[in-house]
Amino acid sequence: MIAFLLRRTAFLALTVLLASMLVFAVTNLLPGDPARILLGREAGPAALAEVRAELGLDRPVPVRYATWLAGAVRGDWGDSFATGDPIGGLLAERLGNSLRLAGVTLVFAVPLAVLLGVVAAVQAGRWPDAVVSLSSLAVVGLPEFVTGIVLIQVFAFGLGWFPANASIPPGTPFLEALPSLVLPAATATLVMLAYVARLTRASVLEELRRPYLRTALLKGVPRRTVLRRHALRNALLPTITVVAISVGWLISGLIVVENVFNYPGLGRLLTFAIDRRDLPLLQAVTLVAVVVFALANLVADVLYAWLDPRIRLA
Amino acid sequence: MTSPRAAGATFVGGGARSPRRRGALGVLRSLYDRPASAIGTSGVLVFLALAAVGPLVTPYGPTEQVLLDRAQAPSAAHWFGTDRLGRDVFSRVVAGARDILLLAGGGTALAVLLGTATGLWTSARGGWIEEVTFRLYDALLALPALLLALLLLGTVGPSRSSVLLVIAVAYTPIVARVVRSVVLSVKAREWVAAARLQGESPRWILLREILPSVLPALAVESALRFSYAIFLVASLGFLGVGVQPPSPDWGLMVAEARDYVYLTPWSLAFPAAAISGLVVSVNLAADGLGRALRSGA
Repeated sequence: MIAFLLRRTAFLALTVLLASMLVFAVTNLLPGDPARILLGREAGPAALAEVRAELGLDRPVPVRYATWLAGAVRGDWGDSFATGDPIGGLLAERLGNSLRLAGVTLVFAVPLAVLLGVVAAVQAGRWPDAVVSLSSLAVVGLPEFVTGIVLIQVFAFGLGWFPANASIPPGTPFLEALPSLVLPAATATLVMLAYVARLTRASVLEELRRPYLRTALLKGVPRRTVLRRHALRNALLPTITVVAISVGWLISGLIVVENVFNYPGLGRLLTFAIDRRDLPLLQAVTLVAVVVFALANLVADVLYAWLDPRIRLA
Repeated sequence: MTSPRAAGATFVGGGARSPRRRGALGVLRSLYDRPASAIGTSGVLVFLALAAVGPLVTPYGPTEQVLLDRAQAPSAAHWFGTDRLGRDVFSRVVAGARDILLLAGGGTALAVLLGTATGLWTSARGGWIEEVTFRLYDALLALPALLLALLLLGTVGPSRSSVLLVIAVAYTPIVARVVRSVVLSVKAREWVAAARLQGESPRWILLREILPSVLPALAVESALRFSYAIFLVASLGFLGVGVQPPSPDWGLMVAEARDYVYLTPWSLAFPAAAISGLVVSVNLAADGLGRALRSGA
C-alpha cells in the first residue's frame, strides 16, 4: 500500500509539474505582451523596456519559470496586475469559498446520484429507470448557466426564498453564507447528478450480468440479499472513480455557476483575471485549480486501492 | 486470416455483416432502428439543414435592428419575438446554428484528425516518441477542458478562430488516448503479425490493418466530443470570452438576454432551448451510433 501510495504521488507530482510548465509556457510564449497590457497602446519603447525590466521579463524564460515556481511553492505568487495586491491572500480566500461550494454540492449530489443510479439499474426497463434516464438526459442538455438563471427566476425573484446574488463578503462564517450557497450548489448538483447517476447505472448493470450473481440466485439466495450483499458492493467501487472524474466536471461547472451567481470563488476570479488581462493572476488561479483536480484524483486512486486489493497489488 | 475483415467475421461467427461493409448509409439507416436514436439523428439533421440554408429561410439579418419592433412577443411577423434592440430572435437563433456547428464541428474535426494521427503513429511506433507525446497529453488533461480553454483564450484574447483552436487543443489528447487504447490491443493480433510477415510496409499496416479497427470507437468518441464542444462554445460565449457581440452566438444571446429576462423572456428561452435541443440530439445520436457499431462489429 505504501509503495502504491508513493508511486501514485510521484506520478501526480510529475503531472502537476508538467502542467505548471504548460501553464507558464502558454501565458508567456503566446502573443500578448504584459508590459503593453499594463501601459496601454500608446506607450513608447523606453517605457515598455523599463516595465519589462521591472517585471523581470527581460530574463530568459527558463529562469523566469524557475523563479515563478519557487515563489508559488512558498505561497508567494507576486502582485496582481489589475489590483496591485499580493495574489496569495486573494487566492486563499477565493479557494476557500470555492471548496465550500464544491463541498456542499458533493454532499448533496453524490449520495442522491448514486441512489438514483442504483434504482435505475435495479429497475432496468421499468418505469423508475425510464424516469431517471429521461430526466438525466434532459439535464445533460441543459447548460449550467440556463439552469442557474431559471433557478434564480423561480426561487430568488419569484418566491424570494434565497438571494439571487451570492457575492458574500470575505470572512463570512459558513452558516451565514449557507442561504447564498443553496442556489449555486443546486445548479451544480443538477449537472453532477445526471452525469454520476448515468455512470452508476451502467456499472451496476454490468455487475448484475456477472455469472456469480446468477449462481447466488440459483442456489436460492433471495434477490434482495444478492443485490445488497454482492452486486452493490462490487458495483460501488467503479462509482468512486466516477465521482473523482466528475470533480473535473465539477470544476468546469463551478466556473460557470460562480459567474452566474457572482459568487466570489476561483471561477469568478478566473474570468476577472481574463477580463483585466491579468496574466499573473490567471497563471496562479489555473495552477491552483490544477493542483486541486490532481489531489482529487489521488484521493480517488487511494480510496479505490484501499477498497480493492487487486489494484494495489497489480 | 490476412485481413481484418476476415478476422472480424470469425470473431462474430459468420453471418453478421461488419459496419464497414454496410457503409455509412447502412449505419445511418440503423440509427433509425430505435426511437431514441431516430429522434436524435433527425434533430441533428434538422439543425444541420437550418445551418446550411439559414440566411435563405430567415426573414431578417442576424444583427438587423427593427427599431419599431423592439421587445416584441412571438408573433406571425417575429416567430420567436424580438430582443430589446429590435433584433429578430428567430433569425439570430438560425444564424447561431451555423456559427456553433462550424466552431464546435470544426474544432472537433481538427481534434479528431490530430488525435488520430498522433495517437495512431506514436503508439504503433512506441519508444520515446510515444512516451513524450502522451506525457504532454497528460499535462493537457491535468486541466479540465473549460479551464484550459479559459487559460488559452485569456492569453491570446477572444476570437472565433481561437475558440476553434482551443477546442482542438482541449480534445486532441482525449481522442489520442482512445485511439491508443485500441491500437495497443490490436497491435499484437494475428492479422497484424501476418501482414508484417508478408513484408507489408509499416504505413500499409498502420492505415489498412490497424486503422479500420480504430474507426468504430473513434466514431463514437467523435460524436461525444462534438456534443461537449457545443457545450464548451456556448459556455465560452456566455462567459464573454468566446464569440464576441454582436454575433448571434447562443451562449452570448443567453448572457445578453439575462438582465432583461422579465422584459423579453423569449430572447433567453429560444437560444437556451436551441442549445439543449442540439446537445440532447447529438447525445442520442451518439448513443445510437455506439449501439449500431457494436452490434454490427
